[in-house]
Amino acid sequence: MKPSKIKNAVLAVTAIGILGGVVSNAVATTPEEDLQNFREYFYKKFPGVPLSEYANGVYGIDQKSRETWEAIEEFPPYEIAIENGEELFNTPFANGKTYASCFKNGGIGIRQNFPFYSKKDKQVKTLEQVINECRTKNGEKPLKWKKGKIAAISAYMAYTSRGKAMHVKTPTTPDEIKWYERGRKHFYAKRGQLNMSCANCHQDNAGNHIRADILSPALGHVTHFPVYRAKWGSLGTLHRRYGGCNKQVRSLPLAAQSDEYKALEYFHSYMSNGIEVNGPGSRK
Amino acid sequence: MRRFTKIVSTTSIIAVAITGLGLASTVNAAGTGKSDIEKGKEIAFSRKKGNCLACHNIKGGKLAGNIAPPLVAMQQRFPDKAKLRAQIFDSTVANPNSIMPPFGRHKIISDKEIDLVAEFIYQL
Ligand code: HEC
Ligand code: HEC
Repeated sequence: MKPSKIKNAVLAVTAIGILGGVVSNAVATTPEEDLQNFREYFYKKFPGVPLSEYANGVYGIDQKSRETWEAIEEFPPYEIAIENGEELFNTPFANGKTYASCFKNGGIGIRQNFPFYSKKDKQVKTLEQVINECRTKNGEKPLKWKKGKIAAISAYMAYTSRGKAMHVKTPTTPDEIKWYERGRKHFYAKRGQLNMSCANCHQDNAGNHIRADILSPALGHVTHFPVYRAKWGSLGTLHRRYGGCNKQVRSLPLAAQSDEYKALEYFHSYMSNGIEVNGPGSRK
Repeated sequence: MRRFTKIVSTTSIIAVAITGLGLASTVNAAGTGKSDIEKGKEIAFSRKKGNCLACHNIKGGKLAGNIAPPLVAMQQRFPDKAKLRAQIFDSTVANPNSIMPPFGRHKIISDKEIDLVAEFIYQL
């Protein structure tokens, strides 16, 4: 079956669950078309904001909060975590090998290529997943997923990739499309007792205030992860944030690195293709 | 705080008189009379209950969001109170992609609480 055919079939099933999202769900679109539509939606909503600014979340579209943020970025709260991450990254495992042995280019400047679909393992793989696989392969215990050491290593790896444009390979094979559609569906499907989709907040209402918070556009969301959040008082991964946003709508958060979140990250990251990595970032 | 309650109840008594809803006041444990409109307001403003201010500007509320239309002149927009209640009960009937939570359908607040919120909103 051609990928586009499969996508049609998947869409027919999911259309029932996705009620009238903004990007035309009725007509089957290719991932490339989705990406084009996604960008154009935000270009229209925020005229004059260039693609590169979407790397800055809410601060790319709101001048007032941007000033506070820029002041914080002068003494970045994530600096120690980067140093910490670098040290962890370079410390050999008990068997003498290092993380560098598990990545292309020794793990330097490669953040933009994640997540990717692994043909060998028939699944999408995130950066954090490969970090932990590297550990277990080398006889070490896996790290906890959402914060702490794994976030520090991921932050260091993002830091070495700053300035490189997000470059998630376009899903084309049936299995890639399946993962992509699962993530897309999660993004547009309403969930939780409050019945809201990611798109309701980060697409339909990007730039609007929900109480005193300004909602960031989903375009560019992933570029600055992991992120140091004042609210957390520490660094957290993208999946930590997903859990938080699921909880806000009174939906049970899923496990970090579950297939569902990996699929979401795959879609979410593909939508940010072309925007420079600027992680780690700092947020409220 | 006590003072505040007093002021609120005075104004809402006036409101009741003007709109002629003639809602029965009930007496709470503290012995202060509270109209249904006041109770509805508390539910609407409570972050744990209606949290309507997250999205709607409502007179008397602070830090309101701007996702949704301000709730003003409600009787002009919803002459039929039942329709107003229905919008609060399940916003997705009118707009399937509405970001507004379906308060009744998803049992976010009880039927009785929806009645009270509708009373409060109706007189805005
Ligand atoms: C009830 C509204 C709401 C929903 C629904 C929601 N979020 Fe959020 N989200 C927020 C708010 C508020 C913030 C903090 C302000 C901001 O950066 O947008 C936030 C922040 C984020 C951030 C961090 C942005 C940054 O620049 O660091 C990400 C990523 C995110 N959300 C993803 C999601 C995803 C994915 C979903 C669906 C699973 C989702 N959100 C659902 C309200 C929501
Ligand atoms: C997360 C956002 C959100 C919350 C919370 C919310 N609303 Fe809404 N509401 C909306 C939006 C958006 C609309 C516009 C119509 C639509 O998109 O469904 C709306 C429309 C309405 C309308 C119809 C207004 C008109 O003139 O057509 C009423 C009445 C209303 N809301 C009442 C309430 C009440 C009462 C509460 C709290 C118990 C509440 N809303 C909570 C977002 C919200």
